Amino acid sequence: MEILETIKQQIEQNPVILYMKGSPDAPQCGFSQRTSQAVMACGKRFAFVDILTNPDIRANLPAYANWPTFPQLWVKGELVGGCDIVTEMHAKGELQPLIDSAVAE
Amino acid sequence: MSMQSQIMGKISEALSPEHLEVINESHGHSVAPGSETHFKVVVVSGEFTGVGAVARHRRLYQILSEELRNGVHALALHTYTPAEWQLTGQAPPSPPCLGGSKA
Repeated sequence: MEILETIKQQIEQNPVILYMKGSPDAPQCGFSQRTSQAVMACGKRFAFVDILTNPDIRANLPAYANWPTFPQLWVKGELVGGCDIVTEMHAKGELQPLIDSAVAE
Repeated sequence: MSMQSQIMGKISEALSPEHLEVINESHGHSVAPGSETHFKVVVVSGEFTGVGAVARHRRLYQILSEELRNGVHALALHTYTPAEWQLTGQAPPSPPCLGGSKA
């Protein structure tokens, strides 16, 4: 149960948090790379968790999120989506205003 | 039956898609030859009308929950309503593997 508390705190305390494989500087998966690039392009600080080095989070976040795969981008406590959704939002210009509003608050 | 046909069958049954592509992209990833682990799915269905992106993906994850428990590791999902598909006409390419997707 402790791990669920940790996940909940991470999601609540970070306005923008990305759960990914590797780090934004050294992503370990093409889907994670593409997603972190889209978030970085928005130019705001964001938190990330490398699920490859946090196996408890990797094992428990999918059930908590009702989302079986990684990466997962969370903004203001809500799941925005994985690579396909985040990339599409970025292409449509929808990601920037979402992240701006989260970080400005 | 291949995983590809199994995925096609499940989605066809659940969403009556107007257009459906299921592409095995496993060869581009760090898995053994002939693997059935990474798939790209393009679905055009009226069932998505008025449904947000996260809910569309959750619906597909639910339809394919058995496959995700049994070997399918990555699903690139591209979901469109018939009207959205008319505007777009094709789904974007999947990213390359970077080697960390084992297990």
